[in-house]
Amino acid sequence: MHAIGGLIYMTNLKAVFDQQKVFMPFIVADDPDVETTVKSIVTLAENGADVVELGLPFSDPVADGPVIQAADLRAFKAGVKTATVFEIVEQVRTQTAVPIVLLTYVNLVYKYGYDAFCQRCQQLDISGLVIPDLPLEENAELKAIATKHHVALVPLIAPTSGKRITKIAAQATGFIYVVSAMGVTGQREQFSKQLATTIAQIRAVTTVPVAIGFGIHSPQQAHELGQLADGIIIGSAIVKLMAAQPVDLQAQLANYAQSIKQALS
Amino acid sequence: MSERLTTAQTTDDRYYGQFGGQFIPETLMTELQAVAKAYHRYRQDPDFLHDLHTLLHDYANRPSLLYYAERMTKDLGGAKIYLKREDLNHTGAHKINNVIGQALIAKRMGKTRLIAETGAGQHGVATATIAALFGMDCEVYMGKLDTDRQRLNVYRMELLGAKVHPVTTGSMVLKDAVNAALQAWTQRVDDTFYVMGSAVGPYPFPQMVHDFQSVISRESKAQLQAVEHHLPDMVVACVGGGSNAIGSFAQYIDDPSVQLIGCEAAGKGVNTGQTAATIEKGTPGIFHGMKSLFLQNDDGQIDQVYSISAGLDYPGVGPEHAQLAALKRATYVGITDEEAVQAFEYIAKTEGIIAAIESCHALAYVMKVAPTMRPDQTIICTLSGRGDKDVAAIARYRGTDLHD
Repeated sequence: MHAIGGLIYMTNLKAVFDQQKVFMPFIVADDPDVETTVKSIVTLAENGADVVELGLPFSDPVADGPVIQAADLRAFKAGVKTATVFEIVEQVRTQTAVPIVLLTYVNLVYKYGYDAFCQRCQQLDISGLVIPDLPLEENAELKAIATKHHVALVPLIAPTSGKRITKIAAQATGFIYVVSAMGVTGQREQFSKQLATTIAQIRAVTTVPVAIGFGIHSPQQAHELGQLADGIIIGSAIVKLMAAQPVDLQAQLANYAQSIKQALS
Repeated sequence: MSERLTTAQTTDDRYYGQFGGQFIPETLMTELQAVAKAYHRYRQDPDFLHDLHTLLHDYANRPSLLYYAERMTKDLGGAKIYLKREDLNHTGAHKINNVIGQALIAKRMGKTRLIAETGAGQHGVATATIAALFGMDCEVYMGKLDTDRQRLNVYRMELLGAKVHPVTTGSMVLKDAVNAALQAWTQRVDDTFYVMGSAVGPYPFPQMVHDFQSVISRESKAQLQAVEHHLPDMVVACVGGGSNAIGSFAQYIDDPSVQLIGCEAAGKGVNTGQTAATIEKGTPGIFHGMKSLFLQNDDGQIDQVYSISAGLDYPGVGPEHAQLAALKRATYVGITDEEAVQAFEYIAKTEGIIAAIESCHALAYVMKVAPTMRPDQTIICTLSGRGDKDVAAIARYRGTDLHD
C-alpha cells in the first residue's frame, strides 16, 4: 500500500491482467546504479509496461543464465544490498504507481525476515514475490506471511512440472509464471503444443492469470505467446540493452517497450 | 544380504529438526521426487542391496581396515588411536561408497548419464570410475581454481572417459561447481542423474549420502568391538559438506558415550575471514536446496570461503550436521591450514601414511586431544582419503615447486 495524493492505493494483480494482455519487463536492481534503475522503471511504465519485475541479485543465482548473472555482477559492483531494492521502489513510487513484483532467491528474504520483508513490500505497494528456489512443498511459511501483508507469492510452472501443474495452479495467488523453453533450436513447434497443454491444465483449475517468461525477445514472439497467455515476461532482452549502456538508453527502452506492447494489443 | 542400509533415520521426513528441505527450482522438483521415490524403493530391495554389497566388497575393496596406529599412540601418549582407512578404498577415498549406491539407483531408473560436482576431485574421480564400469556417460563440474590445484585428478577423470568442465563463475571452487552442476541438471533431466558427492543439497541427497556412507561406522563399530570389546570414546572426522563425517558418526549417534567431533577447515584462522568454518562462524540460511548453516553476510549473500583443502572449502554444511550441532550431539572444531599441513607431515613420518589434506584436519585434532585422554580410552579417526593428490600442493605450501 502507498499513498498517492492522500489516497491509500493497493494493486490488485488480477485486475491488471483482466484489463489487458500484460507486458512485464524485468530489470536488475542497481544495474548499473540506482538512478538508472529508477529512471528505467519509470520509462518502461510510461511506454507500455503493465507490471515491472525487479530483480534483487543473489550471489549464486542458479536459475539464471549468463545475461542476468552479468547484470547481477554489475549490481554487486555498485554495492547492491537488500535495502537498495526498497530504496529504488521508494523513489519510483514518487513518480509512478506501476505494479511491481520482486524476483529474488529465498535466502535473501529469509535473512531479512519473512515478516519484515513482506511488511516492507506492503508499505511500498510491491504486489508480488517470484522466488525460483522456493517450490510448492516449501512455501507454506512465507506464503502465510505474504498473504497477511497482501503480497502474492507467485508460483513457477516448468516444462517438467507434469502432474504438479494442477496442484501448483490450484494454490496460486497473484499470477502464475510459466517457464517456457523458447529458443531451443528446432523444437519450437513441438514446444508450443506443450505450452498450450500446460496452460489448458492451469485454466481447468484456476482463474489466476498466467504469464509466460524465459527466452522471449521479439515482438513476433510476444504476439504469439500473448495469444496463449494473459501476459508475457521479458528479461534477458531488456537486461542486454541495459548492459550495453548506450547514451540513449531511455529512448531505446521506450521504443522497445512500445513495440512489445503494440504486438500484444 | 540381511544388512539394512540405515541407522536411526528410517522415515522419509525431509527435515532434520529445522534443517533440510527441498529448496530447488520447480524445473527439478519432478525429477527430485522421482529420485526420492526410487531411493525409498531400492533401499529395501534385496537385489539392489546385493548388488551394492557385491560392488563394495569386490570392486571398492571393502571392508576398509581399522588400523591401530601404535606409533602415533605411543608418541602422543594418551588415548589409543585407530584409523579407519577409507584411503585404501578403490579410487583412494570414501567417495566411492556413495557413488556406487547412487549410480546403482541411476541405473535402475534407466539413466545413461551421470553428472557430478567435485572439489578436490575425489568425488569426480569416483563418479567417473563407476560411470566407466557401468558404461555410462559422465560429466564433472569442477571450479577452475580446483582444476588448477588438483590437475592430477582432472587428468584421472579424463582418462576414465569423463568430460571435466572447469567452472569460471564466482570464486571458482566447490560452491560454484555445485551451482554449475545444478544448472546442467536443470537443462537435462531425462537421461541424467546428478550424483551428489556430499551430505548436502535437497532431500533426498543428504539422506542417501548418510545411508551409503554409514558403511564406514557400521564396519568400524564391529571392528573395534572385535579387538577392544567396547565402543570408542571418540570418533573424529573432517567436515566440508560432511559426507565422510556423517558416515563415520552414523552408527554412534544413538550411543551417547561416544563423543563425535567434526573438524572444519579454519583456513588461515576462524576469525580471519579466510576460513571455511561453517558451523562455528555460519548462520542459518537457505542455499543449494537446503536450510542449513552458511557463511554469508547480513543480507544473505553467500561468502567466498577459503581453505588449503579443495575438499573442505564449502560455505555450507549438510543439514544433519547442522542439527547434530544444534542438539550438541556432535562438536565441531576449526583446524587451520598450518595445523593440517603439520598433521600431513606428522602421519607420513610416524605411520608411513600419506593422508589427504582433508583427513589431516581430523588428524590434527587427534594430535591435540589424544594426549589429554587416558590410555584406556580409544579414538577412531577416519582417514577419508589418500594424500597423493596433495603432495604437490603441500610442497608448494612449504616453498618447493614440484611441477606436477
